[in-house]
Amino acid sequence: MKNSASRRTQKYWLYFPLVLMSLFFLAPMYIMLVTGFKSFAEVDLTRMWDLPQGIAFDNYIEAFTKLAPYLINSFKMVIPAAILSSFLGSLNGYVFAKWKFKGSDIIFPLILFGMFIPYQSILIPLVVFTNTIMKPLGLSGIPSLVLAHVIYGLPITTLTFRNYYASLPTELIEAGRMDGADMLGVYRWILLPISIPGFVVVLIWQFTSAWNDFLFAVVLTGNRSWPITVALNNMAGSQIIAWNVQMAGSFLAAVPTLLVYIFLGNYFLRGLLAGSLKG
Amino acid sequence: MTKNKDRYLNLLLVSPSILAVAIFVYGFIAWSIRVSMSQWKGLTADYTFVGFANYISLFNDPRFLVDIRNTVIFTLVFVIGSISLGFFLAVILDQGLRGEAFFRALFLFPMAISYIVTGVVWRWLMNPAEGDRISGFNLLFSMLHLDFLINKWHTTVTWGIAAIALAAIWQMAGYIMALYLAGLRSVPEELREASRIDGANELQIYRYVILPILTPVSLSAIIILGHISLKVFDLIIAIAGKQYPLDVPAIYMWQTTFDGLFYGRGAAIGTLLLLSVAILIIPYIRYTLKNEAQQ
Amino acid sequence: MKKSIIFHFAVVLLILSTILAACGPASNEVEVFSWWTGGGEAAGLEAMIKVFNAEFPKITFNNAAVAGGAGTNARAVLASRLQAGDPPDSWQGHAGQELIGTYVKDSKIESLNDLYKAEGWQSVMPATLIPLISQNGNIYSVPVNIHRANVLWYNPKLLTDNGVAVPKTLDEWFTAMETLKGKGITPLALGEQWTKMHLMETVLLGTLGPAKYNGLWDGTTDWGSAEVTTALENYNKIAGYANTDSASLTWQDASQLVVNGNAAFNVMGDWAEGYFRELGKAPNTDYGWAPVPGTGGTFQFLSDSFVKAVGAKHPDAAEAWLKVAGSKAGQEAFNPVKGSICARTDCDKSLFGVYLQSAMDDWASNTVVGSLTHGVVANDSWKSEIDTALGAFVGSMDVNTFQAALVAACKSSGPCK
Repeated sequence: MKNSASRRTQKYWLYFPLVLMSLFFLAPMYIMLVTGFKSFAEVDLTRMWDLPQGIAFDNYIEAFTKLAPYLINSFKMVIPAAILSSFLGSLNGYVFAKWKFKGSDIIFPLILFGMFIPYQSILIPLVVFTNTIMKPLGLSGIPSLVLAHVIYGLPITTLTFRNYYASLPTELIEAGRMDGADMLGVYRWILLPISIPGFVVVLIWQFTSAWNDFLFAVVLTGNRSWPITVALNNMAGSQIIAWNVQMAGSFLAAVPTLLVYIFLGNYFLRGLLAGSLKG
Repeated sequence: MTKNKDRYLNLLLVSPSILAVAIFVYGFIAWSIRVSMSQWKGLTADYTFVGFANYISLFNDPRFLVDIRNTVIFTLVFVIGSISLGFFLAVILDQGLRGEAFFRALFLFPMAISYIVTGVVWRWLMNPAEGDRISGFNLLFSMLHLDFLINKWHTTVTWGIAAIALAAIWQMAGYIMALYLAGLRSVPEELREASRIDGANELQIYRYVILPILTPVSLSAIIILGHISLKVFDLIIAIAGKQYPLDVPAIYMWQTTFDGLFYGRGAAIGTLLLLSVAILIIPYIRYTLKNEAQQ
Repeated sequence: MKKSIIFHFAVVLLILSTILAACGPASNEVEVFSWWTGGGEAAGLEAMIKVFNAEFPKITFNNAAVAGGAGTNARAVLASRLQAGDPPDSWQGHAGQELIGTYVKDSKIESLNDLYKAEGWQSVMPATLIPLISQNGNIYSVPVNIHRANVLWYNPKLLTDNGVAVPKTLDEWFTAMETLKGKGITPLALGEQWTKMHLMETVLLGTLGPAKYNGLWDGTTDWGSAEVTTALENYNKIAGYANTDSASLTWQDASQLVVNGNAAFNVMGDWAEGYFRELGKAPNTDYGWAPVPGTGGTFQFLSDSFVKAVGAKHPDAAEAWLKVAGSKAGQEAFNPVKGSICARTDCDKSLFGVYLQSAMDDWASNTVVGSLTHGVVANDSWKSEIDTALGAFVGSMDVNTFQAALVAACKSSGPCK
């Protein structure tokens, strides 16, 4: 990659809009962080920009104690859900983009449409399904939640991968076929390795949406198996809400997701290198 | 084209997904439509057929009209704002600046924060109090002598929902940035070099070469953002509670169904929501698919 | 490849969690649904659970509480489970039409007459309360606490500094607020939509008086009458004295304005008192209370109560829980911590703080009417329709349209013809 000296100096002015934007993104995070360190009486609209009167970790300790038992539930649910739905989405995307069958141009929009279904309107049939079919199989609770996230994640993962693969040139596939691979082989050996940016984007989405989901979690699990989002909501309380503890807890609950972003973010670079196409 | 073995293997691979969607999406939608044409009110299921009575009462309902107006405003502001900001950030970060990883994580972090807290923080930030109780962004603006920016945010008459869209943009722009970044990274460098050799400057390269290639990404982004804006519920409740001027179909549906126990009417709202999506999205998708087939 | 390791790991996790899920609890337990998950509410519940564990050591208490203001989330979960035929053993509900019009109407909860007889609660629960939780002679829930809705909170210093006396009638209130407004003080602190419904119901009570107020809910008072028009106009006038940013404030933010000295008056239920104390404020110094002007001598109440599910998996355990919820020990453990008064009339007064003691006196002597916002006088559908009408009214301030909508709501979901 040519990087002439002039282009390098040209780039420094880009930091200006970048930092400006960063301030927009940081403002709410600052409030969240600062409130997490305040005492209950300090939580006040008029003083929201003020720094806390002392850095006490009480809120974080209280939040952690209340949330930690449910952390494992979240992981048990999110990891299978994110991986399964990403993988299935990738396969579907491949078929709909490069390996079409008769009617696939109609079926793809039909699958996509599933993304728009408002979850509130299907709560009841979902609960009925879980109780009549999943519970007798001993699969209620977290397995049901995983199933729900995988199924309702299919439309968006399929969409993302389908569009990602559609933008790859067909010569790739042809080259693989000519080397003797069948369609599945082309997927395994050619497409999968360069799908990393696609997986990064999809995993980020699926992990976040499953991790932060509240509606399915509260309805499909009982208090022994509910994930961290329900515990977080409960920590708020119903009538008198302790925002200082709530914000500390929210920050803690967001840390795993942030770590996932950082970890996956490294693949943005690697994907670039792995994806350098050679003719 | 495909060999015989391949011809059926592809169908086999997607059939679990097709089956799942058939049951869990279309099967449930069918149930919902059935409920919407019933008079079910209360905890006991009552499927007595009443035709389109629920739908008719909705169209005569001023609250539902408020919902539609709010959805249109929210969708426009949210989708256009998120895509513009996301693309803008992706282009900047694509330049290989130092600290890219930090900025990437920073812009993505809002998506990781729970909606309860996002909602409350933005509610505080957008507080419209004046005089000695001024706070939030308004306070910042007045301290920076940018008084002309002070406004009533989400309590503004009619357009208040646009302020909530701002909070939503804050939350989602990072993800759109990630989508575009992934797309930009898959554009072969040779293509850019060739264009540079042809004499194009960076701006022209982005406009005439890269943007068209990223069309599938833009399609993904529009659909993802569109589906969020049509279903937006948690964020609005966290910021504004259940309040009439900021009502949207998803909240109305929740209130009608679970607070008011009027299942028939709630299902009608849900069905109308889906119908409006179908009318907008499906032609758009078919048009895009046709375009791709031509390429 | 790294991916296959992750995949295998995920599969193992999936299998493990399936096995763990299948080994469910087998011992005797009672699953109790509530929305008491934070702060004083949770602490009060914990105290009551302690009493339960001491009395019934063999039964495990399964605390299935889900937070959400006044149980909005818990009720959605509850509704879904009831639809699927999988009710919890007992759940929390606001005493009154919220229970009767919803759960009794669809036969989801059991009649508790035998329990009341066995525990002798007929003589201990207030006589005005029992008809409100019964239908056709059957009592359906065990009230644990009583909250008062028609309380006017005020900042004593702001009032004395500006020569304003605590108003007793609506006219005195208007005058007081006009004076304060003239001095540049926000007269009334108001919050988001539901707090406006709360204000409205106290104004309805203050304008109509208890008898006609009750008539609104049993069909004997005409919603279209001139008196209701006056009440709605009063509401408009009062709301005009409120802070302009009310739509963006929760009840907590609004009440806080009073103790911070930013507003003089606030109409809110007496859970605000618990909040004030948590903020470290002192009664009578930092905040004072009085009945909402026009409602002196009337106690507008709401009550949290527990029910027994039809088809409960552990009916005996559910009854054990109800016994504790209705017992003197249980209520004395719960209420001082929660910040409410006992539903029973024989609780030990010395356990309670200054405000609560005065509330107990009022509860014993005042006329009792029910709250609208908190589920006593109207069923859920009716309340939801009133809420929609109120939402439109807040923006338009058009009394005629609002009144017409209220008449329609009564016909659609209430007893009006």
